[in-house]
Amino acid sequence: MTPRLIEVRANILKENDVLARALRERFERAGVCVVSFVSSPGSGKTTLLEKLMARMAAKHQIAALVGDLATENDAARLRRACPQVRQITTGTACHLDAKMVAAALEGWALEELDYLFIENVGNLVCPSSYDLGEQMRVVLLSATEGEDKPLKYPTIFNTADVAMITKMDLAAAAEFDCEAARRNILTVRPGMRIVEVSAKTGAGMAEAEEMVEGLRAASCQ
Amino acid sequence: MHELSIALSMMEQMEQQAAKHGGKVLAVQVRIGALAGVDCEALRFAWEIARAGTAFAETTLEIEPVPLMVRCPQCGETHEAEMFSIACPRCVTPEQEILTGRELELRSMEMET
Repeated sequence: MTPRLIEVRANILKENDVLARALRERFERAGVCVVSFVSSPGSGKTTLLEKLMARMAAKHQIAALVGDLATENDAARLRRACPQVRQITTGTACHLDAKMVAAALEGWALEELDYLFIENVGNLVCPSSYDLGEQMRVVLLSATEGEDKPLKYPTIFNTADVAMITKMDLAAAAEFDCEAARRNILTVRPGMRIVEVSAKTGAGMAEAEEMVEGLRAASCQ
Repeated sequence: MHELSIALSMMEQMEQQAAKHGGKVLAVQVRIGALAGVDCEALRFAWEIARAGTAFAETTLEIEPVPLMVRCPQCGETHEAEMFSIACPRCVTPEQEILTGRELELRSMEMET
């Protein structure tokens, strides 16, 4: 007998997409601006966020979620900048998904917040497939990683809205060719906004802050 | 790396479909875009692990890779792009509209009659 062919035509990650859409609507209703950060491990997500949140905490109500396979270390670091931080430990999962984000928000009054930052698990591959309901996704590339990272991991750069080149204070020591890195980012994601920062010296941090604040101003209009 | 999560998500949807239509699933067809961030070989490997001991233990996974096709908003040229260079080959406009390549689609299932 000939088998029956059942047409499904659905996104494999439909469940995540549905949850992410619900989260995005919830964030919009609450008037909270949600920005996520993705990068390879060790490119400076936590340090950047710690400094960015410390700058913004006096003016705005902010909170953060931070994902790692194990330990509460990053949450403890971010709490130095602002008290409302929750760690998501994923166990073995190499990325955050919308379900984990929704669960981690339990009990938080989102309407009291201006900004929510989500630090994803350090990984340049898997997070690209999972929408978290964020309004802006920032991908980090550190000066010590090499200029060709965007060419090696085009998908994550293609799904992000902004690229930040971090650890610029180490650029000279690492013989980092910033122009080549910019060219490579723009090759895989033409027109992408690029911000160069050093969380250590503070260079570029004002621009990073303005960019995040600009997003909120734009979404409130 | 996250292909096992993808395989498990596939199985969840397949369970719902199989319950609705009834019968054994002989094969499943999926479409994976070049820009979907999923490695087809890793997905095949993950499928072998995920299906073991389940109702889909004998279900064959058939993957249709979908190329990254882009269209130039300036000159209208449509071409298959390399992942690391998507600019228009004709007029060199960098911004290209992505037509296909992001698919992560459960296309169809072949069920025993």
